[in-house]
Amino acid sequence: MSLIVAENLSKQYISGEITIDALKGLSFEIEPASFISFVGPSGSGKTTLLNLIGCLDTSTSGMLRVSGTDVSQLRGKSAADFRGKNVGFIFQDFNLLPVLTVYENVEYPLLMVQDTPLGERRSRVLSLLDSVGMIEQKDKYPDQISGGQKQRVAVARALVTNPKLVLADEPTANLDHKTAYMVIDIMKKMKDESKTSFIFSTHDQKVVGEAEIIYTLEDGELAGKSGKGGDCHV
Amino acid sequence: MFNLMRIAIRNLMRHKRRTFLTSSLITVGVVFVLVFIALSGSFKNMMVSQITDSFLGHIQIHQKGYVASIDTLPLTMNMGAQAIKKVKKAISDVPEIEAYSMRIKFGGMFSNFVETSNIRLNGVYPEEEIKTVPLFSERIMEGKKSITRGEILVPELLAKGMKVKVGDIIVIVATNKDGSVNGKQFKVGGILESATGPGGRDGYIHIDDALEVLRMDDVAISEIALRLNNFTNLDVAYNKLRNILLKELNKAGKPVFEVHTWEKLSPFYNIARMIDIMTLSIKFMLIAIVLISIMNVMIMAVYERIREIGTIAAIGTLPKKILSMFLIEGFSLGVLGALIGNVLGILIVYILNISKITFDFGRQTGLVLEPAVNFSDIFTISTIVIIVSVLASLQPAFKASRMEPIKALRHV
Repeated sequence: MSLIVAENLSKQYISGEITIDALKGLSFEIEPASFISFVGPSGSGKTTLLNLIGCLDTSTSGMLRVSGTDVSQLRGKSAADFRGKNVGFIFQDFNLLPVLTVYENVEYPLLMVQDTPLGERRSRVLSLLDSVGMIEQKDKYPDQISGGQKQRVAVARALVTNPKLVLADEPTANLDHKTAYMVIDIMKKMKDESKTSFIFSTHDQKVVGEAEIIYTLEDGELAGKSGKGGDCHV
Repeated sequence: MFNLMRIAIRNLMRHKRRTFLTSSLITVGVVFVLVFIALSGSFKNMMVSQITDSFLGHIQIHQKGYVASIDTLPLTMNMGAQAIKKVKKAISDVPEIEAYSMRIKFGGMFSNFVETSNIRLNGVYPEEEIKTVPLFSERIMEGKKSITRGEILVPELLAKGMKVKVGDIIVIVATNKDGSVNGKQFKVGGILESATGPGGRDGYIHIDDALEVLRMDDVAISEIALRLNNFTNLDVAYNKLRNILLKELNKAGKPVFEVHTWEKLSPFYNIARMIDIMTLSIKFMLIAIVLISIMNVMIMAVYERIREIGTIAAIGTLPKKILSMFLIEGFSLGVLGALIGNVLGILIVYILNISKITFDFGRQTGLVLEPAVNFSDIFTISTIVIIVSVLASLQPAFKASRMEPIKALRHV
């Protein structure tokens, strides 16, 4: 069964008397344990699409099913509940909580969202920090580590709840190339280990090449789909 | 809860100076209120105790209408033997009453054989009087600390004005109930310190001497002063007595007796009320200080952390947890301010106590202030501060919890 199914998905923003069509009737399916990239110029609808998939926003029309649940109109508590159980997020600006240490940042979703028991919490956090190579820095605060390290912590935080899906909006935009590749490598490695699907948006053509499937968005429409094996039909 | 508290405290420590300033403001407010309550409470209790324990008693019983005519000390409104019997029975039915003193109050002329002046006198049974108003003997500045037959305790001002001293012979002339005049010589047994309030400048003689001066065959009492075993039982004892005595009706079907607490008899009660109102006003000021300072800090905290709120909301933190996170932050600020304020307040009250600050009230000088902080004051103030802190955080916390994660994450 597909992890994500979108049918005729549209999103309009209304600003005064102007209506902006951010997404125009998108239809696609994403399989579990995929490594997907959405690419396109600014304003093409990448972030809007990730927000809809992550239940941070609601669609104007169409259907969007994530992990068997129609999330197109999920709001408030039920949306938060769904995100907490199914989705991990990686942000462009890392968005680590500055008052928590590296360990505590990764632990946060288990503690505040899922109420996981201490022993299990500890083993999962340490295992993930080890996987992303941040175990040595676990007691440091975000302002004591580099940008690349912050994003590795963010990857660990996104995966700690064993989500089915991790959404990353421009995860490498604030990183140099070397660090960006390193982060993408870690994401791929984690995808292989945890069988979690990673969907990320990016501008960086070199990073795009690391994705298994690349969707191209233009003016809110799917303009193309390509994979490592060549172009695919959209 | 512990984790929410830990995060709240870390967030507070993020802006140490701001947290310090806010909690300092609350601390100053708490200290101010605590010290004010301790000082004003000490002043009030001391004055109430001075008034009730040195001449007034806690409760007084009179024949109906006596208090309205008290300036003329009418002998026609004294309680006769039957009435006294009924009052004594009522007193015995109220276990909160520890002692009582029957008084004959009358006005007369005081002569030192050279000059003559007016005097208000109380004829009392000395033992009853001392039991009912235990500070009475402390008011005797010179002479014997008792009232014996043939002797008079002269109020301080009259003694000075008439230039009499202990051991002098004076004459009291008084008109009795029927209008006939009688006089009797007395030896000045002591000089009595003045006290603030009605009856605070009266002279005292033995009740048998009063009967003699007034040519009374039977005892007819003007007032009965009562002392309670515990001052806090004032309302209980008052209501019990009223319920018993107000059932006693005259032929016209109107009550025979009237019962008054010290509050109705002493003008100091208005000062005491004023102190209570001032204390209440100070508490309102504290509420305003806490409300404004906490609300200000929490609004700023929410505004500064919009992206963080967006992040934790996106991760899946439920709105009620975000609400709790900010409420706990306000709560912690309140607890911190209240805690430090209480400690400093108690310390200052202790220092004031060992400093032995004195003050004068009316003609009473050198009264030593003994400010005290009791647990109920600390509890009340702390509760007010903490509740107001949480209430002040409610609006910002609610705003944070209702924030759309997508908008919050876009915030720059």
